[in-house]
Amino acid sequence: MGAEPKVTLDLARGLGLTADEYDRIIHRLGREPSYTELGLFSALWSEHCAYKHSKVFLARLPQRGPHVLQGPGENAGALDIGDGWAVVFKIESHNHPSFIEPFQGAATGVGGILRDIFTMGARPIAILDSLRFGDPADAKTRRLIQGVVSGISWYGNCFGCPTVGGEIAFAPEYAGNPLVNVMCVGLVRADRIFRARAEGVGNPVFYVGNKTGRDGIHGATMASATFDEHAEERRPTVQVGDPFTEKLLLEACLEAMATGAVVGIQDMGAAGLACCTSEMPGRSGTGMAVELSAVPQREEGMTPYELLLSESQERMLLVGARGREEELRRVFAKWELDAVRIGEVTAGPDLVVRHRGEEVARVPVEALAEAPRYEKPYAPPAGLAALQAFDPMTLPEPPDCAEALVALLGSPAIASKEWAYRQYDQQVGINTLVLPGSDASVLRVKGTRRAIAVAVDGNGRHVFLDPRRGAAMAVCEAARNVSCAGGRPLGVTDCLNFGSPERPEILWQLAEAVEGIAEACRALEVPVVGGNVSLYNETVPAVGATPQAILPTPIVGVVGLLEDAGLLATQWFKAAGERIALLGPEAVSLGGSEYLWARHGRVAGRLAPLDLEIERRVQGAVRAAIDAGLATAAHDCAEGGVAVTLAEACVTGRTPIGCEATLSAGGRRDQTLFGEGPSRVVVSVGSARQREFEALMAESAIPWRWIGTTGGDRLRLRMGTETVVDVGLDRLEHAWRNGFERHMA
Amino acid sequence: MRFGVVVFPGTWSDCDFHYVISEVIRQPVKYVWHRERNLADLDCVVLPGGFSYGDYLRAGAVAGRSPVVEALPEFVAGGGVVLGSCNGFQILCEAGLLPGALMRNECLQYRCQSTHLLVENAETPFTRALRPGQVLTMPISHGEGKYHADPETLRTLRAHKQVVFRYATAAGEVTRAANPNGSVENIAGIVNEDGTVLGLMPHPERAAESAMGGTDGLQIFHSLLGSLVEDGAFLKR
Repeated sequence: MGAEPKVTLDLARGLGLTADEYDRIIHRLGREPSYTELGLFSALWSEHCAYKHSKVFLARLPQRGPHVLQGPGENAGALDIGDGWAVVFKIESHNHPSFIEPFQGAATGVGGILRDIFTMGARPIAILDSLRFGDPADAKTRRLIQGVVSGISWYGNCFGCPTVGGEIAFAPEYAGNPLVNVMCVGLVRADRIFRARAEGVGNPVFYVGNKTGRDGIHGATMASATFDEHAEERRPTVQVGDPFTEKLLLEACLEAMATGAVVGIQDMGAAGLACCTSEMPGRSGTGMAVELSAVPQREEGMTPYELLLSESQERMLLVGARGREEELRRVFAKWELDAVRIGEVTAGPDLVVRHRGEEVARVPVEALAEAPRYEKPYAPPAGLAALQAFDPMTLPEPPDCAEALVALLGSPAIASKEWAYRQYDQQVGINTLVLPGSDASVLRVKGTRRAIAVAVDGNGRHVFLDPRRGAAMAVCEAARNVSCAGGRPLGVTDCLNFGSPERPEILWQLAEAVEGIAEACRALEVPVVGGNVSLYNETVPAVGATPQAILPTPIVGVVGLLEDAGLLATQWFKAAGERIALLGPEAVSLGGSEYLWARHGRVAGRLAPLDLEIERRVQGAVRAAIDAGLATAAHDCAEGGVAVTLAEACVTGRTPIGCEATLSAGGRRDQTLFGEGPSRVVVSVGSARQREFEALMAESAIPWRWIGTTGGDRLRLRMGTETVVDVGLDRLEHAWRNGFERHMA
Repeated sequence: MRFGVVVFPGTWSDCDFHYVISEVIRQPVKYVWHRERNLADLDCVVLPGGFSYGDYLRAGAVAGRSPVVEALPEFVAGGGVVLGSCNGFQILCEAGLLPGALMRNECLQYRCQSTHLLVENAETPFTRALRPGQVLTMPISHGEGKYHADPETLRTLRAHKQVVFRYATAAGEVTRAANPNGSVENIAGIVNEDGTVLGLMPHPERAAESAMGGTDGLQIFHSLLGSLVEDGAFLKR
């Protein structure tokens, strides 16, 4: 072993700790930490592991509810879906690694979230990803998109979990900081959920899975810093994925759990062994003693520091039942994986780390969990009020609204993302009842009548202009997507992507956004059962320049339940001659809209009002219509307004079906057609069941009205008596199909 | 009819085939571990899709040399039939049980999509319930599904009516645009000379229930059962 660096304040700073934090460590230990101990603190006290800046806000999120089996604090959250089954799900970011090395960064992002799900004992059944990039017309951005999509495709396909949904959006703010958020959903018997605990003094601690190398050392610290001109040099801190080994690890873990010899298990994700050996006893009030030389290694001469902080992939720390070691070893040997006893659970309070018998770290488990919580001052950004005051009505109206609609359907954010999702296996497991391309994806629960609906959503421009309302709208939209598939939203996972919390205006965005999420979750009665915070999503474009932060981007994943898998809905029209209803309020705004960005290059104005009670009722009404078999299609009004919603309902199905609709007269044409507002859903209803639908809507006490009829091969929109759009479906479909793909082909 | 679904490290369509065989066509089925050599109690062995051994070498190359695959010639000689889908097709080619090879898709990307298949040979145990010229709809999901064979092999395939399925349009036209991976002559599935080993890239187990969007894949299973019931042609005992 080479000589270790001398522990100094400078060294601590180099590892991402502040002078104050370094003092705190010395005070807590009553001595200077060793180099290895300093490494433990730097990783576990990083923003990524400790949520130093966000914890104070996260406490505001509602976390309880009648379906919650596991809230935040474990590998993932879990909800009871009935018939003895539970869904386990979580969303996580892999933003920083994906910018440095898009393919492996995205691939290992998928790998990490899959492990979070199967460590709970659940078999992963669905992946969804929410991606953000700069302008796809830019060659460097295209390389990032190609790398990220093929990384997700490679890992998910090889592992054998279908990618069933997600979204991709674009803004210049993401050019230097793409976002890769991956959500995974798994199924488990509700009484067979495993947790990341180290209980039972004397129980053996097993290292299972891949061997440890030097990859990813200090990944958690990297994810807690702003990118500068040295970003490219950090490539070695990105891990390398091995989906085949992960698949073996899945089967071996589930088989080992079935033996009853597993006490607790945790994925070695961020901060690797350091994180598991301290968090597992931390949750159980125990301690742990490990011998690092027993760790399977694929490189020579690794130091204790490197072994503890490596983020090599496809590894787990497993606490077994004493006396049943052989059973566990047999299962892992069958799947040709290492399962090595590296230590045992102790009475505590310390984590004791030895290397070749020599003690290299002895730290109270609690101390590693006691990262400081920061409550720093925050304030709205200086120019925000002026941006909000901008009136989009001062901009010229488009001379031809049909042309404007075709252009909007062809904007990369709205256009079909088939280029991406046809690279993902969408069906393995034969559960996917609704494939990617509708508001939400639906998966059946075999052996029951039930199904789950899943969706992810987020809109950085909305949150930028009004963090509280924008974030609340993200919750509403994801839940509305699930409702439009016929699912009753049960729970939420969120990934909070922001810039540096050390800047007051960013911290304000974070604080307001969390409050907005909390308000919406309370109103819709959907608890947040897990998630992830990704801060420091900033790039310093040139030496000495001001850091450029991403748009504040909370991504919300919602899981909902369909009691009857046969009663589901998709977003496209099914037949001609059906009535079309618009549910929800009329109020829309061009402020922060896709139209304002795509046509005028502006992010400004005010968002439409959000009434959470109306939102709740509209979603209830949509679900009631689907449950009663009245709605033949349901599609949420989102980016691009009602015009884009109707156009999508016309052209996104297998057979295009046109429609005629009359929108409210009076407003400006572009605002009525393309203005965005929450709580709005387009529903189609068979003409024979019109009266039943009307009765149901009257009961629901929501604003709604009939707006038109399906049929023909054109989309015709009127405002009052004036025809404002009359365009052939072939043009719309062509624009929608090619708008994104033309950049990537 | 007794089915065995083979599990290699990295296989992932095993559970799907098992589900369709046991729950949809309601036949006895068991998993067969890749180290198994004794297949005596089976009538049909299924090599399912997935990434055996990660496909880190060539797709199917390592699995093609596994004990269970080494036992297949004897199994087939004894009257058994073998169905290889996706990775299973790749394995059968790697093992030399079917001619030709599967290469990286022409588009150089993974493709998961619905395809139409023109039935060319309805005289195999796998296609007896179909008629020539019929068009089936089944999904594909692969990165290495471009079938390749030299001209001599292609002539032999044609001479023995070994090409069972070709990628086609919904109307049954074999066109370049209907070919999702660049396979030579749009070949999607072939059998051995005796018609007892079928390899195809599409996934029949994903098209076996109307809830999953179609039941065309079921016809392959029904053909197998029908063959068994009608003449017992490949009954082993």
